[in-house]
Amino acid sequence: MALTGMDIYKLLPKKNCKECGFPTCLAFAMKLAQGGVEAEKCPYMSEDAKTRLSEATAPPMRTVRFGAGDRCYTLGGETVLFRHEKTFVNRPRFAVAFSDTMSNEEIQSKIERMNKVDYIRISEEMYVEIAALECKSGNKDTFLSLIKRVKDGCKKAVPMIITSDPEIARAAVEECRESGPILFGADEQNYEAMVNLAKQYNLLLGVTALDQEKLYDLVQKIQNLGYRELLLSTGSTALKQVFDDVVNIRRTALVSQDRTFGYPTAVFAHKLAKEKMMQLAIATLFVEKYASVIVLDDIDYSLALPLFALRQNIYTDPQRPMRVEQGLYRIGSADENSPLLVTVDFALTYFIVSGEVERSKVPAWMLIPDAGGYSVLTAWAAGKFSGKTIARAVKEFAVEEKLKTREIIIPGKVAVLKADIEDELPSWKVVVGAEEAALLPKFLRDYTGKKVS
Amino acid sequence: MTYKKPVQKLAGKIREITLGENLKLGGESVLPFYSFDGDTGHKPVIGMEIWDVHPENWPTTVMEELGDRVRNPVEWAKFCEEKYKPDFLCLRFVGANPDMGDRTPEECAQIAKEVAEAVTLPLVIAGCDSNEKNGKIFTKVAEALADKNFAFLSAVESNYKEVGAAVGLAYGNIVVAESSVDLNLAKQLNILLMQLGVKPEKMLMNPGCSAVGYGYEYVITTLDRIRLAALDQNDATLQLPIIMPVSFETWKVKESAASVEDVPEWGDQEERGIAMEISTSVGILAAGANAVVLRHPRSLEVVREFINSLIQ
Ligand code: B12
Ligand code: SF4
Repeated sequence: MALTGMDIYKLLPKKNCKECGFPTCLAFAMKLAQGGVEAEKCPYMSEDAKTRLSEATAPPMRTVRFGAGDRCYTLGGETVLFRHEKTFVNRPRFAVAFSDTMSNEEIQSKIERMNKVDYIRISEEMYVEIAALECKSGNKDTFLSLIKRVKDGCKKAVPMIITSDPEIARAAVEECRESGPILFGADEQNYEAMVNLAKQYNLLLGVTALDQEKLYDLVQKIQNLGYRELLLSTGSTALKQVFDDVVNIRRTALVSQDRTFGYPTAVFAHKLAKEKMMQLAIATLFVEKYASVIVLDDIDYSLALPLFALRQNIYTDPQRPMRVEQGLYRIGSADENSPLLVTVDFALTYFIVSGEVERSKVPAWMLIPDAGGYSVLTAWAAGKFSGKTIARAVKEFAVEEKLKTREIIIPGKVAVLKADIEDELPSWKVVVGAEEAALLPKFLRDYTGKKVS
Repeated sequence: MTYKKPVQKLAGKIREITLGENLKLGGESVLPFYSFDGDTGHKPVIGMEIWDVHPENWPTTVMEELGDRVRNPVEWAKFCEEKYKPDFLCLRFVGANPDMGDRTPEECAQIAKEVAEAVTLPLVIAGCDSNEKNGKIFTKVAEALADKNFAFLSAVESNYKEVGAAVGLAYGNIVVAESSVDLNLAKQLNILLMQLGVKPEKMLMNPGCSAVGYGYEYVITTLDRIRLAALDQNDATLQLPIIMPVSFETWKVKESAASVEDVPEWGDQEERGIAMEISTSVGILAAGANAVVLRHPRSLEVVREFINSLIQ
C-alpha cells in the first residue's frame, strides 16, 4: 500500500538540516509521498527506512524480464488502465504452443510455420517471440528432446517451459538456460522448489492457481520467499472467467494499489478455444485488455497480420503519433527521370506506400510535405495536405532542380486536390494515383510503361 | 492479507434503443463485457452487409454461396436471413454513388421497401461515399419505410439537418450520428441532432471506424473515452449505443485485398480477410461497440460465439 506523507515523516531522521533541499523533514516527506523527489536526497536516512520507502514508492506493477542477449523482453510495468491516460509501455508477446506428446511431423510443421512469420511493419520486426513447451508426457527425456528440437528449429523464440514437476523443470532449464526461458508452473504444491530453481537461474517464474483468491495467497507466499520475478495466470478454463481474472489482476495492482497482483499476466488462448479464428478473437481481446503473454496453438499470416498490427497500434504512445521527416526520398535507384509520388508525413502511411513502391521494383521518388503527421484524408480534412503545402515542399526540397520530371502522382483519395495543386505549380501536371497503396505496383508499372512506349 | 476483488461502480447507463420492432441495443452500466462489475445490458448484435448492386471483389466462397441472388437485393436479403441468421441486415446503396451508377433516391426507396417486405429482420440503411447524395437517399428511403424504426447510417456534420429532420423527425426512424474519431465531435453532433428535435430513443452513434493497423488505436481510444464519459461521468449526450460498419473498412485494406499471386507468403486471401474482419470487430466490441456490420458468414459465426462466451 502507498505510504502517506505522515507515514514517511515517521521514517525520517527529523534533523531539519535542509540538506535534502527542503526546509523541513516534513516538507521533504510530503514531496516524497507525491513521488516528486528521490529518497536518496536525504543522506541521513537509515537503511531500514530506505528499503521500506523504496518498496512503498515502487511502481504498482513490476517490470519483469525474460530472454537473453538481443532476444530480451520486458513485460508489465504498466501504470494505466486506458491508453489515453498515459501510454501502455510493454507490449504483450505471442507464443506458439508445443507439447511433447505431439507427433514429430506436427512439431516440425509448427516450427516451419513459426519461422515463416517474420516481417517488418513500420520499422518493427514481427515474429513469434516465445515457444510455449508443455510437458504432457511426464517423461523427462521426451520433454528434453522437444525442447532441443524447438530450440534448434526456432532460433528466435525464447522457450517457456511448462511443467509442474520441479525435477523435470530443472533438467529443462538446464537444457535451454542460455536463452533465458520462462519457467511456468509454480503452484500451491511445488512453489518452494520452483522458486529455488527460478532464483538460481534468475528466471521469470509463471505462477498459477485455481482462481483469483488462491493465486493471491500463493503470490504472497512466493513474495515471502523473496522472489518477485513473476508472471501470473489463473487456471480458469472459460473465456468469461479468464477475462474477469486478467482485468481484475490489473485493477488490483493499479486501482487498489495492491502490489500482490502487481505483475503481468499470461493467457493460454489455445486452452480456451480450439478453433483458430476463435483464438484470434480471444487474443485480440487480451491484446487490448491486459495480458502480457498470449499463447496460441499455431501461427500463420492470417493470424499474425491483424494481431501484430493491433499490438503495434495499441502500444504506440498516444501523445506522440509516429511521424517521418519531411523531404524528398529516393526509393531504389531512382534518377532524375524517375516518377515522383507525394504522400503525407504520417509514419504508417509513409511506410505502407514506400513498401509498395519498393515492391513494384520501379525506382521512384517520394515527396513528403509537412502534413501535420496525419493520414491522407485526415490531413486533407484538416487543411494540411493541400496545393499550398505540396507546392511549398516542392520548393523547399528543390525538387525542380533535382528532377527533370514535371509530373506528380497524388493519392487517389485526394483526387479533388488536382486542380488546386496545378494552380500552385503551373509548370506541373498532376496524375491521380490509386486509392489504396496495394494497387501502386500495378499503377507504377502501367505509368512507366506508358512513358516508355 | 486476503484478496479484495476490485469492483468499479459507475454512475451512468447506456440508453436502451430498439431497432425495428424488438431488437434491443445498449442498456449496459459497465464497460464492455465487465459482467463482474454489473449489468452488461443487451448482447452486442451483428448485421450482414447487402448491396444494391452486384459486388466486386467479394470473397469467393461468399459469392459462391450467394450465387445469382447477388443480382437481386430481395433474394439476397431473404437468403442471408434464413441461412446465416444475423440480428439485422445492412442494406448498402453503393450504386447510388455518383460515380457508380448514380441510382436515384426513388429507386433506392423502392428497393428498400421490397427488401423490408421480404424479410422479418430489422434493417440498417447505409448510403454511398457521397454525404450529399446520402441526404437525398435517406429522405426518400425513410419515407418509404416510415415508422419502421430502422437505422440510417449515417448523419454527418455536413448533412445532419436534412437526415435528422427526415429520418428522425418526419418518418420515425433511427439516425446514426457519425463523427471522425474524436470524443468532442461525437458529442457535438449528438447535441446538434438533439437540438434539432431528434429524440435520443431515435439515435445511435458511429464515432468513426477503421481496420486494425490503420489508425485503429485512435478508434479504440475514442471508444474508451466515449464509454468512460457516458458511464463514469454520466454524460447523457454520449449514452447512446454504438454501431460500426466494420466490413466497410476491413475488406479494402491490403491484408484482405491482396491476392495470393501478389503476396504468396501471406497464404489464403479469404482467410486473411476473415481474420481482419474478426479482429477488427472484437477489438471495437471490447471497447464499446454495441453492433457491428460484417460481410463474411464465418466472421459472423466466430464473432457471435465470442460474444456468447463472454456473456452467458
Ligand atoms: C486515425 C484517424 C484520425 C486521427 C489521426 C491519425 C493520423 N496520424 O492521421 C485523428 C483522431 C487525430 C483524426 C483527426 C481528424 N480526422 Co480522421 N481519421 C482517422 C481514421 C480512423 C484512420 C486514418 C488512417 O490512419 N488511415 C490509414 C492510412 C494508412 O491511410 P492513408 O493515409 O489514407 O493511406 C492510404 C491511401 O491513401 C494510400 N496512399 C497514401 N499515400 C499515397 C500516395 C500515392 C501516390 C498513392 C497512389 C496512394 C497513397 O495508401 C495508404 C494505404 O492504402 C480515418 C477513417 C478511416 N477509416 O480511414 C479518419 C478520417 C480520415 N478522419 C476524418 C476527419 C474529418 C478528421 C478531422 C478533420 C475531424 C475534425 N473535424 O477534427 C480531424 C483532423 C485533424 C485535426 N483537425 O486535428 C475523415 C475524413 C473525411 C473525408 N473524406 O474528408 C475520416 C475519413 C473519418 C470519416 N469517415 O469521417 N483522424
Ligand atoms: S536531509 Fe533528511 S534530515 Fe535533513 S531535512 Fe532533509 S529529510 Fe530531514
